[in-house]
Amino acid sequence: MASLGLGGRRVGPARVRLDRDAWMVRAFILVIAVYLVVALALPLYTMLSKSFSTYRFDLATFELQIDRGEGWSAPTTLATLAEGLPSTAAPALDTNHDGRLSVVSLVADFSFRSPTRYRLRNAADGAVFLIGSERIADRDWHEFSSNEFRRVVVRPAVSRGVDNYLTYFTTPSLVQSIENSVRIAVISTIVTVVLAFGFAYALARTCMPFKGAFRLVALIPILVPSLLPGIALIYLFGNQGFLKELLLGHTIYGPIGIVIGSVFFTFPHAFIIISTALAISDSRLHEAAVSLRASPWRRFWTVTIPAARYGLISAAFVVFTLVITDFGLPKVIGGQFNVLAVDIYKQVIGQQNFEMGAVVSVILLVPAVLAFAVDRAIQRRQVAGLSARSVPFEPKPRARSDWTAFGFCLAVAVFIVGILAVCQFAALVKLWPYDLSPSLQNYDFDRTDGGGWEAYGNSIRMALYTALIGTGVVFLGAYLVEKTQGFQTGRTLFQFLAMMPMAIPGMVLGLAYIFFFNDPANPLNFLYGTMTILVLSTVTHFYTVAHLTAVTALKQMDHEFESVSASLKQPVWRLFAGVTVPVCLPAILDISIYLFVNAMTTVSAVVFLYSPTTKLASVAVLNMDDAGDVAPAAAMGMMIFYTNVAARVVHLAITRGLLTRTQAWRYR
Amino acid sequence: MSLRGLKSTVAAGAFALAAFGGVAYAETTLTVYTAVEAEDLKRYAETFNADHPDIKINWVRDSTGVVTAKLLAEKNNPQADVVWGLAATSLLLLKSEGMLEPYAPKGVEKLDKNFVDKSTPPAWTGMDAWVAAICFNTVEAGKAGLKAPTSWKDLTKPEYKGKIVMPNPNSSGTGFLDVSSWLQLFGEAEGWKYMDALHENIAAYTHSGSKPCKMAGSGETVIGISFAFRGAKEKAGGAPVEVIIPSEGIGWDMEATAIIAGTSKLDAAKTLVDWTITKKANEMYNTGYAVVAYPGVAKPVPHFPPNVVEKMIPNDFEWAANNRKTILEEWQKRYDSKSEAKS
Repeated sequence: MASLGLGGRRVGPARVRLDRDAWMVRAFILVIAVYLVVALALPLYTMLSKSFSTYRFDLATFELQIDRGEGWSAPTTLATLAEGLPSTAAPALDTNHDGRLSVVSLVADFSFRSPTRYRLRNAADGAVFLIGSERIADRDWHEFSSNEFRRVVVRPAVSRGVDNYLTYFTTPSLVQSIENSVRIAVISTIVTVVLAFGFAYALARTCMPFKGAFRLVALIPILVPSLLPGIALIYLFGNQGFLKELLLGHTIYGPIGIVIGSVFFTFPHAFIIISTALAISDSRLHEAAVSLRASPWRRFWTVTIPAARYGLISAAFVVFTLVITDFGLPKVIGGQFNVLAVDIYKQVIGQQNFEMGAVVSVILLVPAVLAFAVDRAIQRRQVAGLSARSVPFEPKPRARSDWTAFGFCLAVAVFIVGILAVCQFAALVKLWPYDLSPSLQNYDFDRTDGGGWEAYGNSIRMALYTALIGTGVVFLGAYLVEKTQGFQTGRTLFQFLAMMPMAIPGMVLGLAYIFFFNDPANPLNFLYGTMTILVLSTVTHFYTVAHLTAVTALKQMDHEFESVSASLKQPVWRLFAGVTVPVCLPAILDISIYLFVNAMTTVSAVVFLYSPTTKLASVAVLNMDDAGDVAPAAAMGMMIFYTNVAARVVHLAITRGLLTRTQAWRYR
Repeated sequence: MSLRGLKSTVAAGAFALAAFGGVAYAETTLTVYTAVEAEDLKRYAETFNADHPDIKINWVRDSTGVVTAKLLAEKNNPQADVVWGLAATSLLLLKSEGMLEPYAPKGVEKLDKNFVDKSTPPAWTGMDAWVAAICFNTVEAGKAGLKAPTSWKDLTKPEYKGKIVMPNPNSSGTGFLDVSSWLQLFGEAEGWKYMDALHENIAAYTHSGSKPCKMAGSGETVIGISFAFRGAKEKAGGAPVEVIIPSEGIGWDMEATAIIAGTSKLDAAKTLVDWTITKKANEMYNTGYAVVAYPGVAKPVPHFPPNVVEKMIPNDFEWAANNRKTILEEWQKRYDSKSEAKS
C-alpha cells in the first residue's frame, strides 16, 4: 500500500485525469466485451442459423424430355412429373446434405430395358444432378438411354426452414436421447448429491480420523478427464472384468456405467459446494435444538438440512448440468444407450451432417440453460445464514457415529482411488487379460492413433497458455465491472456475457466455433486449426467459474480503496497493480490452476477444433479408446492425472511462498 | 523429424545451387490428407522421397470419418492438395461435390480396372483393398463352448446371442461397408431380414471399425465384425484371434488417391499421384494389404487368410454412395431406436 503515498505529483486538473481514466476503463470493458461477443455470442448465433439451414430437392429446377420413338416431347419440369404420380409414390423432398433422388423414381412407366431415350438439364443456376457420381452443374441438355438413365440422381438445393427440427422430432432414435439424457442426469444427480452430502457431513460434523486425507482424495476426480472412469469401469465390470459378477448379469455398457462414472467425476464439484454450505452452520441453533430435546434425527431435518439447502440445490444443478453435457464418458461406456452430447458427435463426425448436429446442440442447450436459470433464480433468494454473532459448530467425539462416518468415507475413498489404480494397472500390463506381464509398450503412443507424446506436449502448452491468458483476461474483466463507476449499460451487458458460458455445453461451443471460424468469409478464419482457437475456446468454456472467483475476491475489498485512490489523483492502473492484484493474489492463483487443470482434461469443445498439428492428450485418450486401444488410452489418461497433480503441487508451493510475502497483512 | 528434414533439404538445395551454378532448386510442399494407419505414414513418405526428393509431404492424418468431414467442411476453401489413402466411397462423395481434379496418372492402364474411377479422365485411382472379416477369439469361445462361424448366416444362430460386436454404419466406414455388402449379397429384402436376425445377437455397435476386432482380441467380445487387416495385426500382436472370411463373400472398400480441385501445386500433385500407382508403390502397400491395385504384385501377408481375393464381392460403389442416405436412415430406424435403457 506504500505505493499509494507516492502520488503527490500534480499533473493538470483532476477532472481531465479522471476523464482519461474513465475512457480507459470504458475502452477496456469494451475490448473484453468484444472478446466475449466474438468468442461466444457470434459463434452461437451462427450455429443457431445453421440449424435452420435445410436441404430440399427443388424439382422445378430440372427439365426432362422423353423420346418414346416419336421424337422428343416438350420439356417438362420434374415437379410437373412428380405431380402426376400417385400420392403413395410421391418422393420425400426434405433431405440432408447427402440427399440424392433417383430421377427414374419420378417416371411412372420406367423400364431400363425399353428403347425410350431421355434428356435432362438443369433449368436454373445452382441446380446439380449426378450421372453416377459425376457432377453436372451446367445448363446443357444431357441425353441418356433407359439403361444409363437409371444412374441419374438429382441433388438438393440449400434453403431455410424448420425441416431439420421436424426430421429430428420424427426420428425416434434421436428423440429417445432427450429422455435418456435427462434420466441419466437426474439419477446421477441424486446419487452424487447424497454421497457428497454424506461425505461433507462426515468431515464437518464428526471427529473421525484422517479428515485431511479424505478431503484430498475427494478432490482427485477433478484432475482426470471424465472418460477415464469409463475406461476403469470397463476393466472392472466389462466382459473380462474381475468384478463382473457384482452386476448380476447386467452390462456395464449403458446407463449403469454412465451413472457410476458420472458419480465419480461430479463428486468433487458437489462435495466442494456442500462443504461450503455446511461450514457456515450456526452452533447456537444446534444447542437450542438440543435444549428443546429434539432427537438427532429431528435436529438433522430441522437445523442441518435447512441451513445447507441452498448449497444442496446449487450442487444438484451443477451436477445435473455436468452430466447432461458430458460427452467423454457416455462415448466410452454408453454402448447402445444414446445421449444428446454423443448424438452431436455422431451426426458431425460420423455422418458429416452438420445441420443435424446444430439441431441437437440447440436441443441440448435447453436443459442446460434451464438448469442454470433456475439455479440463479433460487440463489438470488438466499439470505445470509451467518451473522456476526454466529458460533462455528465444533463437533464432539462420539465413537459410534465417528466410526460409521469413517467407514462411509473410506468406502468412497476406495472407490475413487480404485478407479485410478485400475487404470494405472491396465496401462502397465502387456495384453489384458491374457498376458499380465509388466510392460511399458502402452506408453509407446506412436504405435497408436491420437498424436502420441506430441499431443501430450501440446496439451501442456495449451493448458499453460489458457492459464496465463485466461487469468489475465478474466481478472481484468472482473475488476473493471466490479470496481469502476459509470457506463452502466456496458457493465450489465458484460455481466450477462460473463455468466453465459456456464450454460453452454462444451460440445455446443465447439460446433459453434466450426461454423463461425471455418467460414472463409470470416476475417478471423485464419485462427481455424491453430493453437489460438483451442486456447480461445477453453478460456471461454471455463470463463464463468473463473469470473465468479475473481468477483468474490474483489467484493472482499472495500470500495474505499477506489475513493482514496481517486482523491489522491492516482490512475486506475496504479491502484490495480499496486494494491488490488497483490491483495487478490490467492484468488488469481486459484483461477490459473482451475483453468490449467480444466484445459488438461477437457474434451468436449476441443474435439471439434483440434488440427493435426494441435492434437491434445485428452482427445488422444478419446481417439485411442475409440480405435480400441484401451490400455494406451488409460496410460495417457493417467499421464494427464500426474501432470495435474504436479501442477497442483507447484501451485501450492507458489501460493505458500507468495502468501507469506503478500498476505502478511491478513495475519497481523 | 520435420526440422531434420528441413535441414537436409536446405543442405541439398545449397549443394544443388553450387553444382548447377545458380539454378534454384525449388522444393514443393504438398499438404496430403490421409486415413492411412499412423505407423505406415513415415514409410510411405520415405519411399516416395527416395524417387522425388524435391516434393515434401505434409501429412494430415485422421480416421476416415474425420478426414471426410474435414474435407467437406473445407469445400469452399480447400486446404489439401492431394488425398492419398482415403476410402473410395468417401472420394465418390467428394467427386459428386465437384471437389476432385480429374486426372489420368501415367500408367493408369496397367491397374486392375476395378481400382480406377469409371469417369474419363478418372477422378481417383485405387491403391489397395481392405476387406470385411470376422475376428474370432478362440480362448473365450473355448470357455463358452462356441464353434467358429464360417458364414455370415452362422452369426444369426442363437448360441452367439450377445457375443457379437459390429461397427455402427452411421459412424464407421467399415460398418457401412458391411451393411451395403449384405444388401448386395442377399438382395434388399433378404439383406434387411438378415440384419434383423443379426441384431438379436449383437451386444454392441461401436463407433469405429477396428474396435470390434480389438475387443475380440482382448476378450471383451467373442466375435468382432471388422476388417481382415486389423485381425492380422491383432494376431501378430499375440491376441488369441482367428480371422475368418465368411463363405458367402465379403464386402470391401479401397484406399484411393485423388487431386483436390483448385490446388495451386498441380504439377507436384500430378507427380505424386503418378508415383502412387507405380509398381513400387503397390509393393509398398502390399506390406499390410493383401490385395493391391497393380495386378501380379501382391504377395501373401502374414496372418492374413488366403482366400480373400476370390471372396470379394463385385462391389457397386456408385450404388452404395447414391443410396447411402437411404440405407443409413433405414438402419437407424430399425436398430438405433431399439437401443433403449434397460435400467
